[in-house]
Amino acid sequence: MSDQPAGQPSGAPQMSGVQAETGDTTSSGELVPAGRRPSTPRPYGGYFDHVADALARAYPELSAAVERTVVDRGELTLHVRREQLRDVAQQLRDDAELRFELLSSVSGVHYPMDTDAQLHVVYELTSMTHNRRVRLEVSAPDADPHMPSVVSVWPTADFQEREIWDLFGVVFDGHPALTRIMMPDDWPGHPQRKDYPLGGIPVEYKGASVPPPEERRQYA
Amino acid sequence: MPDTTTTADPYAGTASAADDRIYTVSGGDWDDVISDVHEHNAERVVVNMGPQHPSTHGVLRLVLELEGETVTQARVVVGYLHTGIEKNCEYRSFTQAVTFLTRADYLSPFFTETAYAMAVEKLLGITEQVPVRAQVIRVMMMELNRISSHLVWLATGGMEVGALSAMLYGFRERETILDIFEMITGLRMNHAYVRPGGVIQDLPPGAVEKIREFLAIMPKKVDEYHNLLTGQPIWLKRLQGVGYLDLTGAVALGASGPIMRAAGYPWDIRKTQPYLGYETYDFDVPTQPDGDCFARYLVRLDEMRESLKIIEQCLDRLRPGPVMVEDKKIAWPAQLALGGDGMGNSLDHIRHIMATSMEALIHHFKLVTEGFHVPPGQVYVPVESPRGELGAHVVSDGGTKPYRVHLREPSFVNLQAVAAVCEGGLIADVIAAVASLDPVMGGCDR
Repeated sequence: MSDQPAGQPSGAPQMSGVQAETGDTTSSGELVPAGRRPSTPRPYGGYFDHVADALARAYPELSAAVERTVVDRGELTLHVRREQLRDVAQQLRDDAELRFELLSSVSGVHYPMDTDAQLHVVYELTSMTHNRRVRLEVSAPDADPHMPSVVSVWPTADFQEREIWDLFGVVFDGHPALTRIMMPDDWPGHPQRKDYPLGGIPVEYKGASVPPPEERRQYA
Repeated sequence: MPDTTTTADPYAGTASAADDRIYTVSGGDWDDVISDVHEHNAERVVVNMGPQHPSTHGVLRLVLELEGETVTQARVVVGYLHTGIEKNCEYRSFTQAVTFLTRADYLSPFFTETAYAMAVEKLLGITEQVPVRAQVIRVMMMELNRISSHLVWLATGGMEVGALSAMLYGFRERETILDIFEMITGLRMNHAYVRPGGVIQDLPPGAVEKIREFLAIMPKKVDEYHNLLTGQPIWLKRLQGVGYLDLTGAVALGASGPIMRAAGYPWDIRKTQPYLGYETYDFDVPTQPDGDCFARYLVRLDEMRESLKIIEQCLDRLRPGPVMVEDKKIAWPAQLALGGDGMGNSLDHIRHIMATSMEALIHHFKLVTEGFHVPPGQVYVPVESPRGELGAHVVSDGGTKPYRVHLREPSFVNLQAVAAVCEGGLIADVIAAVASLDPVMGGCDR
């Protein structure tokens, strides 16, 4: 039995996941955590090669600092070791050929299945001079959730690092005042981590009871 | 002195030295407070402003350290409106998440919806397949929303510095835009209209005419605001030279949007990194060189005119066609129609799935309860919202629910500039300076 609706040509490309590397649409197979993608081989395409070359010239120890370089969906991600993050960040901001002067966004992601690298912090950089974007991704294990702060490079990271400390428990060393920003000061735990429950109570409606979202049937 | 008390304050903490005095002021005569302060020779006064204060745009809290009337330190405390929108998205399907995200920045919901929808489309690899009509409608709704958001800024910001007419005018015109939104989406706010794959329903009959009516009256209204405020001496005195932030400061603090453009730099993502075909629309990016509150006011008024130009071009480009991707594995199965009790599934669609096609019923059920699978990966999609760069960082693990949704909220990032625009100025200018940043706490705290 096909659950394909009538009228859909049978040879038409499916867009609901078959284009993924695994070809898996049932999601019953192994899922590739987004944080563990293999390096993309050169050439990266577009301005990405130029950025990688310029960064390598500006920062000779780059090959030791970058774990993987991933190009996916037209976006370049440099997976940087946390020890070298601040040096790489400084070069990305200051080098004339790079000039990523604006740190657009800092976001945390918790991957409990990523052994020894459960906590990821994602930096979206924008170069207004050259009109380019690059993403830095840095990871730290749950057991040692420390990461260097980039507030000294981009002051705009201040609130965003506080948010990630608050919601994920990442400690940004060198941050001028790392305190909670979203939750109350005495809040226990870090709510956006995957091991932190969403909470909620069952809701009754016309005699039936709808469980909280966490306890509903899971599909993926 | 009935209005100033020096009794123990349960929220004051225990760290204060014995000679620190706490004044709880709730109404009364300010002179009484001042004379009491002088009596105790307090040179330095820390004032807590908010989170419930009429001129803090919702629940923003400012802690101001004063010497006389001069602000020596300004600290901003946010988080009073944190509702866990990002966390909640991880427990809902990719389509359901829109319903949460539209509630983040409640004054410009179409921008959050569009940024998120474009991010999901990028993850799915269907960016190219979103129908042209849906893209044009998205642009049109966003530009209408930009005007309505700027109008609320004009209304509330004007009211806060004492221009009550600006408040009346701003909310009056915003109402006409909200009527358009209500006609098209069914709701004045929290629309959840832009969905991954397109928009949830086509424009109803009469919508284009209604927008054309609005386009006919709005330019005159912008002239009215200029006539009312731009040369007005009190308005100039409250805004000119107040809340100064230069380009270096704006870039370092990440303050994008009108704040950066009012510092002279024409950075607008619609022009520099166009999306949804913005490169094909004819419009300018207004800038001002001065970097003060007045420059931000002028930039926002000019942006309203530019948005009107874009909306007009959108109306000319609307051609009949679908508003959702062809792929029935992604497009929402229900066909909405207006019934006797409001908007809902069309009876034809219900008849089809309940009476004639078992496959259609299964398909409908699976897509609505389970949702569609999104290939694993992460994307960041920025759009130019009325407040600056609004980005959606969406991570998928291959399932039917987002693994992580993060909003780069311009309100949140821009509020870091409060110290820069307030310190060294007078306490009265704090109101104008914070208002000129145009923070929306729903977006800031998410």
